[in-house]
Amino acid sequence: MQKRTLLDGQKFQITIKRLCHQLIESHNDFSNTVLIGIQPRGSYFADRVKHELSEVLKKSVIQKGNLDITFFRDDFRRKDGLVSASSNTIDFIIEGKNVILIDDVLWTGRTIRAALDALLAYGRPAKVELLVLIDRRFSRHVPIEPDYIGLQVDTLDSQQVKVSWKETEGEDKVILISESNK
Amino acid sequence: MAVEKLSTRHLLGIKDINRNDIELIFETADNFKDVINRPIKKVPSLRDITIANIFFENSTRTKLSFELAEKRLSADVVNFAASSSSVSKGETLIDTVNNILAMKVDMVVMRHPYAGAGQFLSKHIKAQIVNAGDGAHEHPTQALLDAFSIRQKLGDVAGKKVVIVGDILHSRVAISNILCLQKLGAEVMVCGPTTLIPKHIESLGVKVEHNLIKALNWCDVANMLRIQLERQDIKYFPSLREYAMMYGLNKQILDNLDKEIIVMHPGPINRGVEITSDVADSKQSIILEQVENGVAVRMAVLYLLAAQND
Repeated sequence: MQKRTLLDGQKFQITIKRLCHQLIESHNDFSNTVLIGIQPRGSYFADRVKHELSEVLKKSVIQKGNLDITFFRDDFRRKDGLVSASSNTIDFIIEGKNVILIDDVLWTGRTIRAALDALLAYGRPAKVELLVLIDRRFSRHVPIEPDYIGLQVDTLDSQQVKVSWKETEGEDKVILISESNK
Repeated sequence: MAVEKLSTRHLLGIKDINRNDIELIFETADNFKDVINRPIKKVPSLRDITIANIFFENSTRTKLSFELAEKRLSADVVNFAASSSSVSKGETLIDTVNNILAMKVDMVVMRHPYAGAGQFLSKHIKAQIVNAGDGAHEHPTQALLDAFSIRQKLGDVAGKKVVIVGDILHSRVAISNILCLQKLGAEVMVCGPTTLIPKHIESLGVKVEHNLIKALNWCDVANMLRIQLERQDIKYFPSLREYAMMYGLNKQILDNLDKEIIVMHPGPINRGVEITSDVADSKQSIILEQVENGVAVRMAVLYLLAAQND
């Protein structure tokens, strides 16, 4: 197994800062915009984005929720095993709001498809945008593209992209894992 | 992401599942409880599954609860009541169910007056079976929702003391509850007149008490069962009035206890017999929470079983 670091250290921080400034460009002071992290790992990223935005905007009331998509997946009964569900915590109204969906890695797009379905159970947002840290491009199964991208990478289907966070894993880092060459 | 699975393909009784299964069902039910309290109370998980609810015995609550659970998971539902069917023309159980399965049904939720009917069916047909009550044997989803309600109210089931009061002899709810609570680490006592307590029930590891006040003073939770007059072929006690005097729970008894206990009832309530109206409607009663949790727990059971089928 080979591991290659795609993003870490200062570059990681700069990427997040850049994404936050891009968000501010199009959403001003976030008075009508909410952040929704996709459970489980997108919510860590959303926490970080919220933290950065609060520092830049000097404002601590940015609304952030977590969305679990387990029951909206399209592979239920089509693969072995079961993905255990996480909690939903959206304690605000999304009707008429601009929603920024946040996930760490965008690959086939199926998770985002499910998230769009799951989101509608909470109301009709004015607009939904997608923010991802890593875009594994040219591998989409559905026509979904991100609005804000941390880093685009070209990967093989057999490879795995893993994002770790300081809060949970002790280090901010993105690595690409490949099976060893045969 | 943890990948988890039930250890069984059918839910026939609490006897066949283990503590991990029960905890997995509870964790999943927590998520479904969140779903059914949203503006849109529906998820598409079971959209390609057809479920037949086959009830050979009357039921309102359980049937409605299962049907709602199925619909909130987006399953297709067909209902079948034995009273209005070919069963009255002499068709056997296997034939009835096989005919239904020939119409491509994936899962069967069945209530039947004979103990072991679900077990029998699971050996002869391909669909997954969920037991919604078989005679005086088991009623697993009721036990799960009762334990889930205790967990929700008291934080945990382990270490809690639960007394089951009433007609233990004819009750499938009692047996399933005893097994479920014990698997989760609770202490169980049964209480009722000698005639309604099965002989040798101590061998299940439960305490037996014939005095209601003593039992209530011991417990954290009292589950008051209904007197099942329809199952009683002979008289087990002189009169309902006498039963109500000896084993009925009223506000005065509840207030005289030196602690606050939780009162449960699987329904339907005979008001004034097992419990009086002021107890049923009091703050200590979680009867309506039980009904709400029933839908979430049944959704969890159906969802987890459906995940097994491939």
